[in-house]
Amino acid sequence: MSLTPDDVKRIARLARIETSDAEALATQARLNTIFDLIAAMQSVNTDGVAPMAHAQDVTQRLRDDAVTETDRHAAFQAIAPAVENGLYLVPKVIE
Amino acid sequence: MTMLQTSLSALAAQLAAGQISSRELARQYLDRIAALNPAINAFITVDAEKTLAEAAAADALIAAGRGGPLTGVPVAHKDIFCTDGWLTTCGSKMLSNFVAPYDAHVIQRFKAAGMPSLGKTNMDEFAMGSSNETSHFGAVKNPWDTARVPGGSSGGAAACVAARMAPAATGTDTGGSIRQPAALCGITGLKPTYGLVSRYGMIAFASSLDQAGPMAPSAEDCALLLNVMTGFDPNDSTSLERDKEDYTRDLDRPLAGLRIGLPKEFFAEGLNSDVAAAVEAAVAELKKLGATTVEISLANSQLAIPVYYVLAPAEASSNLSRFDGVRYGYRAPEYADLNDMYSKTRAQGFGAEVKRRILIGAYVLSHGYYDAYYLQAQKIRRLIADDFAAAFKACDVILGPTAPGTAFTLGEKSDDPVEMYLNDLYTIPANLAGLPGMSLPCGFDSKGLPIGLQLVGDYFSEAKMLNVAHQYQRVTDWHARAPEGLR
Repeated sequence: MSLTPDDVKRIARLARIETSDAEALATQARLNTIFDLIAAMQSVNTDGVAPMAHAQDVTQRLRDDAVTETDRHAAFQAIAPAVENGLYLVPKVIE
Repeated sequence: MTMLQTSLSALAAQLAAGQISSRELARQYLDRIAALNPAINAFITVDAEKTLAEAAAADALIAAGRGGPLTGVPVAHKDIFCTDGWLTTCGSKMLSNFVAPYDAHVIQRFKAAGMPSLGKTNMDEFAMGSSNETSHFGAVKNPWDTARVPGGSSGGAAACVAARMAPAATGTDTGGSIRQPAALCGITGLKPTYGLVSRYGMIAFASSLDQAGPMAPSAEDCALLLNVMTGFDPNDSTSLERDKEDYTRDLDRPLAGLRIGLPKEFFAEGLNSDVAAAVEAAVAELKKLGATTVEISLANSQLAIPVYYVLAPAEASSNLSRFDGVRYGYRAPEYADLNDMYSKTRAQGFGAEVKRRILIGAYVLSHGYYDAYYLQAQKIRRLIADDFAAAFKACDVILGPTAPGTAFTLGEKSDDPVEMYLNDLYTIPANLAGLPGMSLPCGFDSKGLPIGLQLVGDYFSEAKMLNVAHQYQRVTDWHARAPEGLR
């Protein structure tokens, strides 16, 4: 399997990382060496093997449906790039 | 140097007896950091005022008779742990202006134990690297040879302990990030069983693999630190509800009857001959203490790197989607619309290795590739864990090298991601299985660089691993050696 520069630009778009044509070309070569390494996986017979998502076989805990958080929005928004009236500011989304 | 060469238990005893104050101790380490850090670059943030205030509070606790086992002993924290009021960068431009508004659970525990912070240590960006060269704040230099890397991603933590700029440090390990730098810097480091240490407030890389642990000169130090770090935390959904253990309880047990498993795949082609010789000498030493050895096979471990480079980037691509320039951290100065703001912020805020891993992750999770990559990797992950389960029927602990070689020179592998990834050949399998692993010093190569020995234990066998390491360290002095010329 080999990625083309267009593949790289498509993935970069999905990942929301601006990538120029020149960067896509350089990245493509590096990614392909990594995918060559990963290819060793493909020949392994895993029929009937259950996928392992986590090290411990535990189920998610449930907690009481009660408010446990305190209101810290002032502290959290003090470190935001742009805030006004308790709202995070971003470029206009709806015309 | 005397105070700076003292074990944590001896430091704690001197503090409790009033022979030294926490403030005096912190001051000594801060002075040493000021003298050595310009050459080593182990710390991203040092704040003497905050450190000394925390030390004063520790002195008050001791004076009031309310000190714990390590109260007053200072530690350095990897810059991956959110620390209230401290810059917390994760080694990235993306968080270069991020002052955390809360404490990670690990930080809360050290604070509750009365242990002052000496500062935040340098690391590979978002813990992605094996050399500490991907840090936005510059590479860390290995105190044994400043032309060489300290390993990574907890490179600053390992280097500051090796140079005795801190008596101990915290690290995190996703694929070897505690053990490999511990090996390359000649210190002891332990990655606990997955779920023992809370990940709350620890900036996430690959959540099913990430685990925090202690880094210090000796196994005894690590056991004391593990007592502080472990414990159930409702804020981490993968934190395990278990009774609290005392990890020092088995340190003094004799090793007679211990069965050590030697995986033949860890002593195969690709292992540096000096490393192989030092590890074999350590095995001989452990046999003298009464241990026996048995050859085991971890046949699927050779697939650990391919599996890891699917699973870890997949989890990272999801975890790192939170860095969007909206709520905290870096935002690009100029952009046209919302999507452009995201794309430029992330293009400018992330370094090359982090971007590569996000792209790999986005690709293996994308439509049409999920089964071939992500699901196949999760299945092989099971096979790797099954190999360990079979091996632990025949042995009590698995032993091998931590890394295939010793510290390499700065820049030597930074242009070849695959060559860099191979450094974690022996450490990644334990992360995939969720097993505890540790590295301890076992000698030096022909260039005078430290060599690390790795122990991998069964789930929750940290006390046994620390027992083996401590008994080895009672009859050897590799762990007590510090680099010359750093006085």
